[in-house]
Amino acid sequence: MALVFAFFFILPLVLVVIVSFWDYNEYEMIPAFSGRGYTDTFEGCVAQLPELCTILKTYAKTVKLCVITWALTLVIGFTVAYFLAFHVKSRVWQMALSLICTVPFLTSNVIRMIAWIPLLGRNGLVNQGLQAAGITQAPVEWLLFSEFSVVLALVHLFSFFMIVPIFNSMMRIDRALIEAAYDAGASGFQTLRHVIVPLCKPGIVIGSIFVITIVMGDFITVGVMGGQQIASAGKIIEVRLNALQFPAAAANAVILLAVTLMIIAGLQRLVDIRKEL
Amino acid sequence: MTGKRGLTFYALAAFFALYVAFLYGPMIGIYILSFQGPDGGLTFPMNGFSFVWFRKLFAGGGIVDLGAALRRSLALGAVVMLLTVVISVSAGLAFRKRFRGAGLLFYVAIASLIVPSIITSLGIGLEFRLIDDLVKLHGPGWLSEQHTTWMGLFTSGLGSHLTWTLPFGLLIMFAIFNRFNPSYEEAARDLGATPWQTLRHVVLPIILPSVIGIGLFGFTLSWDEIARSSQAIGEVNTLPLELQGLTTTVTKPDIYALGTVVSGISFAVIIASLVGIRLVQGRRR
Repeated sequence: MALVFAFFFILPLVLVVIVSFWDYNEYEMIPAFSGRGYTDTFEGCVAQLPELCTILKTYAKTVKLCVITWALTLVIGFTVAYFLAFHVKSRVWQMALSLICTVPFLTSNVIRMIAWIPLLGRNGLVNQGLQAAGITQAPVEWLLFSEFSVVLALVHLFSFFMIVPIFNSMMRIDRALIEAAYDAGASGFQTLRHVIVPLCKPGIVIGSIFVITIVMGDFITVGVMGGQQIASAGKIIEVRLNALQFPAAAANAVILLAVTLMIIAGLQRLVDIRKEL
Repeated sequence: MTGKRGLTFYALAAFFALYVAFLYGPMIGIYILSFQGPDGGLTFPMNGFSFVWFRKLFAGGGIVDLGAALRRSLALGAVVMLLTVVISVSAGLAFRKRFRGAGLLFYVAIASLIVPSIITSLGIGLEFRLIDDLVKLHGPGWLSEQHTTWMGLFTSGLGSHLTWTLPFGLLIMFAIFNRFNPSYEEAARDLGATPWQTLRHVVLPIILPSVIGIGLFGFTLSWDEIARSSQAIGEVNTLPLELQGLTTTVTKPDIYALGTVVSGISFAVIIASLVGIRLVQGRRR
C-alpha cells in the first residue's frame, strides 16, 4: 500500500511542484528553472488593479460555487441524516434507506449529469410545465448550461458525502443524552441546537472537507453542466493541459492545491479525523 | 422522544422522500427515454417505443467503439477490485498492530482522497511522460530504440484508480476493526490455532461481508472514474471518458441508451454484491 501511494500519489505530487517551475514553449516542456508558469497565470493581475484579472475572477467564481454547494449539501445532508438516525426506529429500515441513498453514488456521475437534460433543457419537462401553467411564454434559458444547473448537479452528485459522516456521528450519540435533555425540559429544537449539532460537529466537518475539496477541483461537472462555458479552477488546468502547457497546468495545480489545503487546515483544527472512524 | 410519531416525523419523512425522488428521478427519466422510437429526441414526451437506440449502440461504427471501451473498463474494474480488496485487507490487518509510519501512511491515504483528482491525474501523467523521456535518452539500447510509452491502462491508469479506491477500502477496514471483538481471536489462539489458521478460519469469515463491500466500492468507483483517468489513461479511453466526450456532440437518444447500459452494469454489480453479502450472512446463522 505504501508503495502504491508513493509511486502513484506522492511522487506525482512532487513532480507537479517541480514541473510547475519549468520553462515551456508551444509544444514541449524545458527542464530549466523558470517562474513562467506562475507569471503567465497571473498575467496582467497587477496592471489591472483594482479590477480583478481572469485568474482571480475564476477563483472567486469557484469559491462562490463551492460555498453555495456546501451550504445546500449541509442542510440536505443534515436533515436526511437526522431523519435516518433519530426518526427511523427499526434497524432494517435504517439499513434499507441508507442503501437507497448509497446506490446512486455507485453509479456513473456523467449519467447522473446528462439525466438533467430532459428535465431542464429548452424543451424539457420543467419548461413544458411552466409554459403549460402560463407562468412563462418563452422557454426559460437559464435552467440548463448555467451556474444554476452546475450547482444543482453538484448538490445532486455530492450530498452523499455529507450524509454519511453526519449519519455516522449521529449514530454514536448516546440516546440517553437526548432523553436527559428532554427530561431537563428542553424543547425539540433546543435539543437539536444544543445537544445534537455540537455532537455531530466532527461529521459535519468531515463532510464539509469532502464536499469542498471535490467542488474546488471539479472540472467535469462544471464542464458538462455549464455547457463548457463556465470557468473554474479545475477547468483552467484542463484547458492548459489540452494546450500541452504542462508547466502552466502544474503551476495552476499547485495554486489550487495550496488553496484547498488552506481550507482543510482551517477545518482540521476543529476535529481529529482519525478519532472519528 | 415520546415514541409516538409527531408532525416532525412526517415533515422529515416527506423531505427524505423528496430527496430520494431528486436522486433517482432524473436517472429513471433517461432510462425511459432510451427506449424511444427512431424519431426520438432528447426530451419528453416519448416518441414511440423500441430498442432501436440500443441496437444502434451495439452495431458499432456509430458514436464510439463501444465494445472495446466496455471491455477495457470491465477489465480495469476487475483488476482494480481485486487489488483494492487484497491491499485494503492486508493494510487493515497491519494497522491493527502499531508499525512505524502508520500515522503517516494513514494521513497519506486520506490526503489521496481529498487532493483534487485532476492534480493527482496531472502528476501521474507527468511522471510517466518524464520516465518515458528518460528511457528514450538514457535507457539501454535494446529498450530505448523501440520504446514509445509505458503510460497505459494497466500502468498509469491502474495506479490512478488505486489512489481513489484504496482510501475507501482502508476506511471501510478501519470501520470494521473498530467494531471487531478481539476475544474471538484470543479464543482461537487458546484452542491452539496458528496465526494463519486464526486469520483463515476466524477473522476472514467474520469480516467477509465487509470485504465484499470493499470489492463493490473498488469496482464501481473504477467503473465510473473520470477525473483521475483523464490525464493518466494513455491513448485509449475507458467507457465513462467516452461518455463524457459525447455529452458535447451527441443530440440523439443513443447517449441515453449508452447511459442505461453503463448504469445497468453498475446495478448488476451492486445487486450481485448485496446478494453475496446476504448469502454469507445467512450461512452464519
